[in-house]
Amino acid sequence: MTTPVRAYRHPIPRTWWARRRSYRLFMLREISCVFVAWFVVYVLLLVHAIGSGSDSYDQFLDFSANPLVVALNVVTLIFILLHAVTWFGSAPRAIVVHLRGRRVPESAVLAGHYAAWLVVSAIVAWLVLS
Amino acid sequence: MSATAPRRRSPEPYLWLLFSAGGMAAALVLPVLVLLFGVAFPLGLLDAPDYAHLLAVVGNPLTKLVLFGVCALALIHWAHRFRFTLEHGLQVGRFDRVISVCCYGAAVVVSAVAAWVLLSA
Repeated sequence: MTTPVRAYRHPIPRTWWARRRSYRLFMLREISCVFVAWFVVYVLLLVHAIGSGSDSYDQFLDFSANPLVVALNVVTLIFILLHAVTWFGSAPRAIVVHLRGRRVPESAVLAGHYAAWLVVSAIVAWLVLS
Repeated sequence: MSATAPRRRSPEPYLWLLFSAGGMAAALVLPVLVLLFGVAFPLGLLDAPDYAHLLAVVGNPLTKLVLFGVCALALIHWAHRFRFTLEHGLQVGRFDRVISVCCYGAAVVVSAVAAWVLLSA
């Protein structure tokens, strides 16, 4: 005879992630997504200002030079770099490539991602600054 | 497998795929944009590009397409990661349905705004 049993669930405290350095780093990495979302909004504000005329663009430049906005964007840069580095760092384990029956070494996959990052950054910088 | 008992498909693999694509797009494209438009131009480390140049860059359909792709994918990336950060970090997994609707819903709404902003720019 079987009786329905509610499986026991070990209670986990809400502050479990504060216990260890590796857990805290994990949480910071996860929180980076909030800064990704903020920067998407910031880019959309920029594009909207460009589309609305040169006065709007100047207003956006003033807004972006506000010390609070600069401070927020410096923090955003740190978190987005944390995201990029941890993302590329996990890519060799997530992407397993085989060439002619052999597994491409993890270091090559990692190097490929950093090379792609460099190329994309160079193209964007060239488009903006040229 | 019998055709009479269709298995309920989980959307999770597709959501993870979009999360993954968004993480890659964000990691490749956003750092240089934050560095330029968030830090270097506002602090005067580099001269901000003039208006006519940026208008020409943003007016290019290819730029609009790429920007839309990066924005929409990065927003889904945010939604997926934020959903599980809330659920695991604060131990509120029992509200998964509500949290999912809010997160992915917000990402879709802001993506629609992004499409409107890019098309009208």
